[in-house]
Parts: sequence; structure tokens; C-alpha cells
Amino acid sequence: MDNINYFNLKEKIAKIMKSIEYFILEKQEDGYKFNLLNIWDKQTISIIIEEIKSLKFHPNKKIYIDFENLKELDSIAIIYLISFLKKFKKQNISYLNFEKYEQIFDFYQKHYQNEFLKEKKILNRFFENVGKKVYDISKSTKLFIDFVGKVFYFLFYLVVNPKKIRFKATLKYIETSAVDALLIVAVTAFLVGVVIAYQGAVQLEKFGANIFVVEMISITMFREIAPLVTAIVIAGRSASSYTAEIGAMKITEEIDAMRTMNFEPIIFLTIPRIFALCISLPLLVFFADIVGVMGGMVIAYTSLDITYIEFINRLQNEVPVKHLLLGVFKALFFGFFIAIIGCFRGFQVENNTTSIGKYTTISVVNAIFVVILLDAVFSVIFTQMGI
Amino acid sequence: MEIIKVSNLHTAFGDNIVHNDISFSVNEGEIFGVLGGSGSGKSVLVKQIVMLNQIQKGKIEIFNKDISKLGIDDLESLKLNFSYLFQFGALYSFLNVIENISVMLKEYTNLPNDLIEKIAYTNLDIVGLPKHTAKLYPSELSGGMKKRVALARSLAMQPKLLFLDEPTSGLDPASTQSVNELLLYLKKNLNITTVIITHDLETIKTVLDRFIIIRKEKIFDGNITEAMSSKDEFIKEFLTHKKAD
Repeated sequence: MDNINYFNLKEKIAKIMKSIEYFILEKQEDGYKFNLLNIWDKQTISIIIEEIKSLKFHPNKKIYIDFENLKELDSIAIIYLISFLKKFKKQNISYLNFEKYEQIFDFYQKHYQNEFLKEKKILNRFFENVGKKVYDISKSTKLFIDFVGKVFYFLFYLVVNPKKIRFKATLKYIETSAVDALLIVAVTAFLVGVVIAYQGAVQLEKFGANIFVVEMISITMFREIAPLVTAIVIAGRSASSYTAEIGAMKITEEIDAMRTMNFEPIIFLTIPRIFALCISLPLLVFFADIVGVMGGMVIAYTSLDITYIEFINRLQNEVPVKHLLLGVFKALFFGFFIAIIGCFRGFQVENNTTSIGKYTTISVVNAIFVVILLDAVFSVIFTQMGI
Repeated sequence: MEIIKVSNLHTAFGDNIVHNDISFSVNEGEIFGVLGGSGSGKSVLVKQIVMLNQIQKGKIEIFNKDISKLGIDDLESLKLNFSYLFQFGALYSFLNVIENISVMLKEYTNLPNDLIEKIAYTNLDIVGLPKHTAKLYPSELSGGMKKRVALARSLAMQPKLLFLDEPTSGLDPASTQSVNELLLYLKKNLNITTVIITHDLETIKTVLDRFIIIRKEKIFDGNITEAMSSKDEFIKEFLTHKKAD
């Protein structure tokens, strides 16, 4: 009820504001006389503008502005008045009873701006944007190569000076990027295992080849699905957090502070993260292999009547261990690239708040894309090698 | 006329008592200073007045209304009548300079776009920034420029009440002086009531009509001549040795 009354009240106020007179225009022999009335401020000025718009003025005539009966005038109204009076010649404008407002009027007249920066034409903007984009891509590619180079330089440096490796930081990142991700990796892998087994079971049953579900699940899981799914989950989780963490440190000048204290950010921030993912992603993939195959086992038992013992026996006898090792091997590279992309984009963050969001998005997209690209490359290589 | 009235304000964070029984009032059209050492809760106090921080105990009235008991519409009309200049500008990073200045006008008035643009450019000129900065984004501005744009944004809406959190910190001496002159000019001609948090001795001496010094309790309330003749050691030191920082 209160609200409705209030809206009515607002409407009423608006009506009253409209019904008030804000000026009286007298036509004289040589021009116009403007008597300003009541309050001219940010609330009333839009009504006044509408009223004045409907009037016609001859630009060569004189105009007298009388401030005598004006109660209030704010800066917004002053700027409007100045812009309105630009229609008339300067020598034709006279102000009456101006004492109260003269100073502030002059002040705004002095600062009044009539010309603005123009927007560029759409076509020009298009070419400008294309050029900028191309330049950005080539610049960030160069920077990325430079960054990877630095990382390798410092990796060798650390091989020579192993005391400088940040073991504690590495452990911390293993905890946040891998241990904390165990649950989500397990759930995802289990569900994917279930889905593959379920879809496979329907097809295999048609041929009476139920028992082959074991090979199907375990080989696809070991070679492709577990590494890919785990890497994508970790790319979404860790690449984004690395970018955001390092980006926030850059904005608060922590990274500059580190440089002035001769703490190399790559040794302190990047390499522990790379180590963390290179160590933990293969382990996570192994974990996902087990959970995924377990998911498949459950479905094999419930819909194809293959007992757990049968499943495990067949797994041992028919599935070579190389498939599992290949998947784990791939994960090492996935981990390396996810970490390096997350850190690289973090260092690219500029000194404003929107760029953290921008680069976090870019880093996740890049990381997932690179994971899929690498997977394709590995797939070709392994097939060519016959493994 | 009293515009702001603070009565018996108590604030504590955990065991740390920040304000103990602080009362004061700000009169219409004056430039009022809130002074105190670092960590004395100046910003907290002003943020309580503009409703950014919760009032724990005590009462704050603006335009004779208790601000903790305002409905949504009263709140809107009150907020449209004051502006807050943040210490580091707090410009919207996704808007350029001219859009930052005109954001309130676009949102809350029915003014035609060309007039809004005129108002924005005029205010940009008033704070002493050249026209070619208009389309830049906050990330492309220096700290001092951000502050000036923020000041232009505060002025564009023609507030009745202006809160400034260290408006001159980080500005060079010439800019400090021009900001001080601008504040005096606005007070004289637009009747804007201003509340300033400041450390700058020059601002304290030349601009402020009246100020309070807080250190847990309000330890001083008056103008500069009264403060200079005060026998309190802390106040003396505060106003004379302050120049160092």
C-alpha cells in the first residue's frame, strides 16, 4: 500500500512541477524579455527545455534575461542557459538583476565547452580494430615465446642451484590445485565412465559381445577420456586461479615489490605452479582412470551381468599397461601448459580491475584449447609410432 | 541551519574502540574538516554518514532525517543530493572519462544527450583537464588525473552536500592550490556544503571554516584560530608538525 501511495505522490509531484511556470516570455519591439521564475535546477530543467523548444526565436533580435524573480539556479541550469543563449549574438544579450548569479554565471561561461571529441566513423573503426587485434595477437605471441624462454632459463638455473627451488610453495600449490580437486575429478570421471559403459553396453549386447565392454571402457578411459577430462577440469580450475592470483598481485604492485627485492617472480610464482601441475596432473589422471573404470564396472555388472571379478581378470589379461602409461605421460604435458598459460596471462594483467576478468577468461579458453590441441597431436604421433 | 548532525556515535571493531561518544554538526554552506591521525577512524566516520558503514551506536541525521530509518525513496532522493569523492577516484573502469562524469546525469535526469555532454565537458574544464582526455579510460590516467575526473563526476550532478576523502593527497602543489581555490569558489557561488577528510595543512588553514580532530573521542571542534591558540599539546603538534607528511 505504501508503495502505491508513494508512486502516486511521485506522479503528483511531477504533475505539479509541470504545472508551475518557470518563465514568462514578453515580446518587445526589439526582441524578447525572459522573466525567469521559481527554481531552475536538475529536476525542473528538462520540463523547461521542452517548453522552450516549442518556442521560436529570431536570432538577430535582442534578448533580455531577468533574474529578479528566480529563486534558485544550479550549475546544470546555468550550462543550459549558456548553451541556449549561444543562439543569439553576444551584443544582443542583456542580463537584468544579475548581481546574485553574475559571478557563478561568468565562472561557467569561462569553462563552457561546446565542441566535443568526435566518434570515429564505423568503417575506420572497423579497420582500426582489425589492425589492433592483429597487432595484439602478434605482440602476445612474442611475449609468450619470451615468457616460455625465461621459464626454461630459470628451470636450468634451478637445476644448477637446486637450493633455490621453492619446495614449500610447490607443496602448497599441489594442495590447492590437486588435493582440493580430488572430489570434482572423481565425480566427473565416474560419471563419464558410467556414460561410456552404458552407451557401449547397449551396442555390444546386440552382438552378444558383452565381455568386450571391459576393453572398451578401460582403453578409452586410459588413453583418452581420463587425461582429457581431468585436464579440462584442472584447466578450468587452476588456470583461472593462477591468472587471477598473479593478476591481483600485479595490480597491487606486489610483483614490482618482488622485483625490487630481487625475488625473481618466475622462480617464486611461476615455477612452483608448473612443478605442482606437472607432478599432480599425472597422479590425478591415474586416480581418474581408477574411478572411471570403477564407474564402468558398476554398469557392466548391473546391465551386462559381468561380475567384478570377471571384469578385473579380463582387464589384467587383455589390456596392456601401455595405454595407462600413455595417458599419464600426456598428462605431464597438459599440466605444464595449463600452468604456463595461467601464469603468463596473469602477468599480462594491466593496472585496472576489468583486466583481471578479461585475462582469466582468456587463460581458461587458451588452456582448454591447448589441451585439446596437444591431445590431437599426441594421438597422431602415437598412431604413427604404432603404439 | 544544520545539514548533518552526529550524536553520541560509538564505533568499535572487536576490542578496538574507534569512536567514543562523538557528536558534532555541520552547518549549511560551510566547509567542514574531519581531521585526525592515521587510523583514527576519519574515513569510517564519514562512511557512516554516507551510509557505507553501519552505525553501531548513536544517531546521524542529514537534512533533519535519521539516516538509519530511511525508506527506499527517501534514500534515493538523499543520495542524489550528495556526492562522495573517493581517495583514489573509484572511477568505473569500463567507462571512459566523459561517460564517468555523465553517468549520474544519464541515469537520473531526463536531460537531452547534447546538454549532458555539454555539462560533462564543462565540468572537465572546471577541474582543469584538457579536452583530449575525454575519451580515455581510467586505466590510461595518472593518479592525479583520476582524482580530478572523480571531482568532475561529483560536481556534475550539482550536489548539495559534497564529501571529499583526501582530495589533495597525491596532487602536486599547484594542483592542490587550484583544488583548494575551486572548493572555496564552489562554496561561495553554489552554496555547496562540503565535508573534507584531509591531512594537508594548507587546506586546513585556507579552506576549512571549521573542523573537528578525532582521536577516539572528539578532542577539538572549532576553527583554525581557536585551534592555534589551544593549549592541548596534541592539537598543537598536529597542526604544526604535520607538514612533514
